[in-house]
Amino acid sequence: MLDTLKGPIQAVQEFYELTGRAIRNVFRKPHYVDDILLQMESIGVGSVPIVLLTGFFSGAVMAMQMGRGLQDYGQTGRTGQFVSIILVRELGPVLTGVMVAGRNSSGIASELGSMKVTEQIDAMRALGTDPNQKLVTPRMIAAAVMLPCLTIIDDFIGMIGGWIMAQVLFSVPPRQYWSTVWRALVWNDVAQGLTKPFVFSFAVSLIGCYYGLRATGGTQGVGRATTQAVVWASIAIFVLDFFLGRIFLGISQIGT
Amino acid sequence: MPEPAASLLRFEDVTVSFAPDPPVLNQLSFNVRKGETRVIMGAAGSGKTVVLKTAMGLIQPAAGHVFLFDEDVTNKAEVELFGIRSKIGMLFQESALFDSMTVAQNVAYPLLNQKAIVIPRDQMETAVRNSLSFVELEHTMDKYPSELSGGMRRRVAIARAVVTNPPLLLYDSPTAGLDPITAHTIMALIVKERDANNTTALVVTHRYQDGNLVANFRYNPNSGRLDPVGTGGTKTIFMVMKEGRLVFEGNQTELEACSDSYVSKFVKRPELEAA
Repeated sequence: MLDTLKGPIQAVQEFYELTGRAIRNVFRKPHYVDDILLQMESIGVGSVPIVLLTGFFSGAVMAMQMGRGLQDYGQTGRTGQFVSIILVRELGPVLTGVMVAGRNSSGIASELGSMKVTEQIDAMRALGTDPNQKLVTPRMIAAAVMLPCLTIIDDFIGMIGGWIMAQVLFSVPPRQYWSTVWRALVWNDVAQGLTKPFVFSFAVSLIGCYYGLRATGGTQGVGRATTQAVVWASIAIFVLDFFLGRIFLGISQIGT
Repeated sequence: MPEPAASLLRFEDVTVSFAPDPPVLNQLSFNVRKGETRVIMGAAGSGKTVVLKTAMGLIQPAAGHVFLFDEDVTNKAEVELFGIRSKIGMLFQESALFDSMTVAQNVAYPLLNQKAIVIPRDQMETAVRNSLSFVELEHTMDKYPSELSGGMRRRVAIARAVVTNPPLLLYDSPTAGLDPITAHTIMALIVKERDANNTTALVVTHRYQDGNLVANFRYNPNSGRLDPVGTGGTKTIFMVMKEGRLVFEGNQTELEACSDSYVSKFVKRPELEAA
């Protein structure tokens, strides 16, 4: 029984060690600014197309389904309100997080995993560089900056998708749609909508780095690391979303 | 009696294990003195690579002590090891060149990242160029490792290992997977580096001819070729490893005379070849 638990407990311990070192390195020299910018380009700019596509269609689908439901009560004019709240609070951060996890956690794990199995990580250490500082911290910072930005883009493009569907299917006037979208949001929603992707970014980058850096066993090991990174990063996003949602719900109840 | 040369690398009862597997190195002890060349031979999985990685501090021993330049480096923090690692050059088995960097950037990497090495920016390019011309690959500066052949990658990795002029060099299977001609070129470079810069080296190999070349040839700077020297002309010591233990340590004559069936498998004797 104890032997069965040993592996997962050790994995959790190693993950926290990696996280701790990555955060500590933010305040320690040297800072690899070029690597941070390169990763921001890869994680942020590179993910814009998939975020635009998923954001647009998720907003459109939501407006379509919500509008249909609201039609029974003659309330299609409030479609924008539902689209806005669901996108900003939940769907925007989670969908963006999962999409970026699929694209970047896997990319990070395979890149670092390849470096690990070809001894490039050892070479880096031998040549005077801390791999955590050179590889993990820049990815963590880049994801922490870019994921909230991508979420804002996703939210906005989702609202546009919702607007088009509301207009085409339910003839909701644009002025009414955008006014309900705007009015529905309170500061708690915006704070929630930006805190969530910020927290998810650590799962996306650090889980990718963790599985990449512990890859063993050649190309097969890299493949395994990549799959595990995507699976665990996605699960972590949903679990974190639940707890963050609960915390923000508690905060909003205190406020009322 | 002359003073023995300074110790550059010393293992004292070093044990390395990756639980739950049996120890990879088992109470290993040896002492590498300045000017020596150690040829480490052994079957696959006998712990040869682990010796080099433990010497470099990339793997920490479970028991025993590792001394580098008479300093105990056992269980030191990674950051504390960077200073002493700058005195060692290492050639990894698969070259371990950084894929995302050009050849020139790879060779310049230790100059830029090792804190103990301070080199003015304007001299950096000259140092990189000199190091690449040492391995006769000056023309590949702007290429990426993926554009080079296996032998060329190995030579670039040698250029990266020697660019800082380290006094101690560790070569992990420098000829593995190479054709005999390229393998000879690589070994000639190792001998050239040793004799041109008076470096101490550990060479892991499973080819006896590699050890033979290191032990019996010397680089002639005038002709640029390798000249044969008499037996014992170079300070070469052979080590044979079996299942993490050192089963032989001695010079070439002693190695060839060794009657141990495992050790003798690594020695290519003319009479055996003829048979």
